[in-house]
Amino acid sequence: MGYPHKPHPRETVVLSRYFGDPEAKTYKGWAKRGGYEAWQQAQTMAPAAITDVVKESGLRGRGGAGFPTGLKWSFMPKDKKKPHYLCVNADESEPGTFKDREIMRWTPHALLEGTAIAMRAIQAEVAYIYVRGEFTEPYAIMERALAEANAARAFGDLKIYLHRGAGAYICGEETALMNSIEGKRGNPRIKPPFPAAFGVFGMPTTINNVETLAAVPHIMKQGAAWYKAMALSNPKSTGTKLFSVCGHVQEPGNYEVTMGFPLKDLLYDLCGGMQPGRTLKACIPGGSSVPILNREESERCLLDYEGCVEQGTMLGSGGVIVFDDTADMVYQIMRLARFYAHESCAQCTQCREGTAWTTKIIERILAGQGKTSDLDLLLDLSENMTGKTICVLSDSCAAPVVSGIKKFRHEFEDYITGRKRTVLVA
Amino acid sequence: MPEDLVKLTIDGVPVGVPKGTLVIEAAKQAGVLVPHYCYHPGLPVAGVCRMYLVEIEKAPKLQIACATQVAEGMVVRTQTAEAKSARMGVLELLLINHPLDCPICDQSGECELQDFTFQEGRPATRYSPEYPKRFNPVEDFGPDVLYVPNRCILCTRCVRFMEDVAREPVLNVSERGDRAYIGVHPEARLDHPWAGNVVDLCPVGSLLSKDFLHKARAWELDKTASICSGCSQGCNVTLDTRDNVVVRIRPRPNLEVNQYFICDHGRMNYRWMNRGDRIEAPLVKRRGGGAELHVVDWDEALDRAAMVLRGARGRAVALVSPKASTEALFLARELLAPFEWTGAFQVVMGEEAPLAAVPNLALRAERAPNGTGAELLGYIRNYAAALEAAESAAVVLVLDEPETTVKTPGALLYLGTMLSDAARAADVVLPIANVAEEDGTFVNRDGRVQRYFQAKPPPGMARPAWWVLAELLAVLGRGEPVASASDAFDRLAQSVAPFAGLSYAALEMTGKQVAARPAPAAAEVTA
Repeated sequence: MGYPHKPHPRETVVLSRYFGDPEAKTYKGWAKRGGYEAWQQAQTMAPAAITDVVKESGLRGRGGAGFPTGLKWSFMPKDKKKPHYLCVNADESEPGTFKDREIMRWTPHALLEGTAIAMRAIQAEVAYIYVRGEFTEPYAIMERALAEANAARAFGDLKIYLHRGAGAYICGEETALMNSIEGKRGNPRIKPPFPAAFGVFGMPTTINNVETLAAVPHIMKQGAAWYKAMALSNPKSTGTKLFSVCGHVQEPGNYEVTMGFPLKDLLYDLCGGMQPGRTLKACIPGGSSVPILNREESERCLLDYEGCVEQGTMLGSGGVIVFDDTADMVYQIMRLARFYAHESCAQCTQCREGTAWTTKIIERILAGQGKTSDLDLLLDLSENMTGKTICVLSDSCAAPVVSGIKKFRHEFEDYITGRKRTVLVA
Repeated sequence: MPEDLVKLTIDGVPVGVPKGTLVIEAAKQAGVLVPHYCYHPGLPVAGVCRMYLVEIEKAPKLQIACATQVAEGMVVRTQTAEAKSARMGVLELLLINHPLDCPICDQSGECELQDFTFQEGRPATRYSPEYPKRFNPVEDFGPDVLYVPNRCILCTRCVRFMEDVAREPVLNVSERGDRAYIGVHPEARLDHPWAGNVVDLCPVGSLLSKDFLHKARAWELDKTASICSGCSQGCNVTLDTRDNVVVRIRPRPNLEVNQYFICDHGRMNYRWMNRGDRIEAPLVKRRGGGAELHVVDWDEALDRAAMVLRGARGRAVALVSPKASTEALFLARELLAPFEWTGAFQVVMGEEAPLAAVPNLALRAERAPNGTGAELLGYIRNYAAALEAAESAAVVLVLDEPETTVKTPGALLYLGTMLSDAARAADVVLPIANVAEEDGTFVNRDGRVQRYFQAKPPPGMARPAWWVLAELLAVLGRGEPVASASDAFDRLAQSVAPFAGLSYAALEMTGKQVAARPAPAAAEVTA
């Protein structure tokens, strides 16, 4: 990462190479740095050939689910009968995640170039970049970059539009994002039909994350083999990944490391470890929606899709939230639950009512009015909220609650039995 | 089972259904009602209540029966521990913010939240009584609809009805999370001519009819299949009666006619059925008794009417109501058949109000249920011509047209429900039942003959018009009296070609086609 501090020697700087370099934001500056060469190259290739390169590289979706990108592209109809669309998910709202923001702030053309290549691969003529509403600065930068690229006729007949979100977390869910683009309430849709068959405006659509697409030009230019070789642990997780580290570390920020990098080294080495005199208590490695790791698990965890699953969590979006020994886990989990209760779209019963009830129970525990049975109730409730709804928002609320109770049960019990003083819940 | 059907098993019961059928509909054929809230066969699938979670063999997790299509060899289980526990979880969550005010709720007794909670809910809540429940004040949505947000389970049936069926999207889901409620457009009212359906669609007591508000409890109601008499569409309805008073009309599904809906005009068209100012006994003018009508028993009244008919020669005119049953219209024709007769009816016209997304469903401009039946039996729409003919007629028969003043040198027989001033001119007045008080049939504008059933007894000595006319024919020695509407219909079927071969049994609950459908854009011709 090049901003706000110089890249650490152990980082593998690909996406973040020009972070902090204001010239890279401009069309000319980007071209001078080798930008748009990959797009020139892609224009000479057949769509299927581009998809094959990406498939071969092992690139997986960086938005959270980790679905192989090339495979996703190959789901689009080969013989085109209807207009195809690409939606770029720049609605980065996952608590603890701020990587796409930096990509758009510093290398907007990397995203535009990746978008154009993906459009060619899936034979789309229109792409929507759905930018989180609160991202005013990245939006302005993207707007300028797009205007410059269009003025230079960089994309030919391809049309790329920027679309601003209106402040709902759920619009980062791909089907809700499509509804939002259509001007509807951002409610997730039931699947099937899947977007590749019936997406935005009912047409075949692919949705990709910003970081995923920003990696595509590099893969095109330097080859699938080069990208595939970047894997420290499992060969199924390739390339580099930006990790947004926040919380109780000395140097929070975005760090780009090769897949399979140990979380322990990221925290203690790259981020400078905890504040003096404090120790690591817990860590959420993939944004707020994934299970919490305790200290031992964090220190064992390797940062790739499989390594996280091995520790019982997920790589998610790469938003690393770090808690040291001063953190009150009950309070932190309540804050997460409250976030999901606030953001639930209100469609599915389990999510609408379950997230709010979960929050109320934890708030009462914090207020010193909890009961021992509350913990079992929370677990049962979370069970009801997992795998039963249209999207995974309710699962995301359940994940930190279940893992929190499992790993930090004593902290909950301290409140319930009165060993710990009540905190004022604001 | 035919080969083109998809075969699957639901709770061990094998069924065959057409390709594309949803599991929840296939389950109905297996005799399994999968609990559901947001799903309604007349609305697009939403998949949001998550109540209909069932186990499907080989699926990694529970599936929603309302959005999953059947597949060959599919094995569906609704009663596994996992599925039941998931549904129990949904019920618990639906109830945590529900006020549980069943004792004062209109829906109580016909509430799907009550029903499914009784069926498979948790016996007690785990929601601590100290937590406040969500509260929002009652809102006035439109002319007949109240919204009680506290009872709402956000199934969105009402939103989808207005958006996708009525195509006037004035409702939405406002806010998010557990603060969500049904919102109405700030500058609109829920006053679409079909808006009342949202009350029927609401599975709980959240959308209420102001007209029915606190009028009766569901378990006090008797329900009778009927046909709406509000227009020529012939929507299938249910008359809800309490102590022999019609208190509500609700739609009865008939996919050929009205699907699951009725318009507000038809819904409100029942108060007249309960009117108290009815003719309750036969009345006759005694010979030499001047203009005064005397109360008599049926025998005397029928004898007097028979005498009038026997003595008459030449022209006869029938002025009939297009709200009369096909059976009565037929027997009235039979009665006047020996004469040179003219029969006519007149129809009140109003505004047409279609339900946008349902083809061939509208509140029709022609506000009478049986104009087509009258036409099939030879009655004409030229009422003025019939009135003119009456001026030279020996007998005029008026069938429930109380406002018609007849100028005739001949005798006047009046069969009706109300004793209007015009009716007082009659020589014989015979009290008849209204649509809620008799069995009968109507033929709708599409030529579909459909049965309606008796919901309450007629007042006093009033009898169905078909009974009265058949008795009169019997007194005249022209046929046996009929014991039931079914007998009257059989007589009609024997002598009127379009009805040939039909019987009440053959009509079943949804009716049969007796005439070709008119061309969709055919202009209505009236006298």
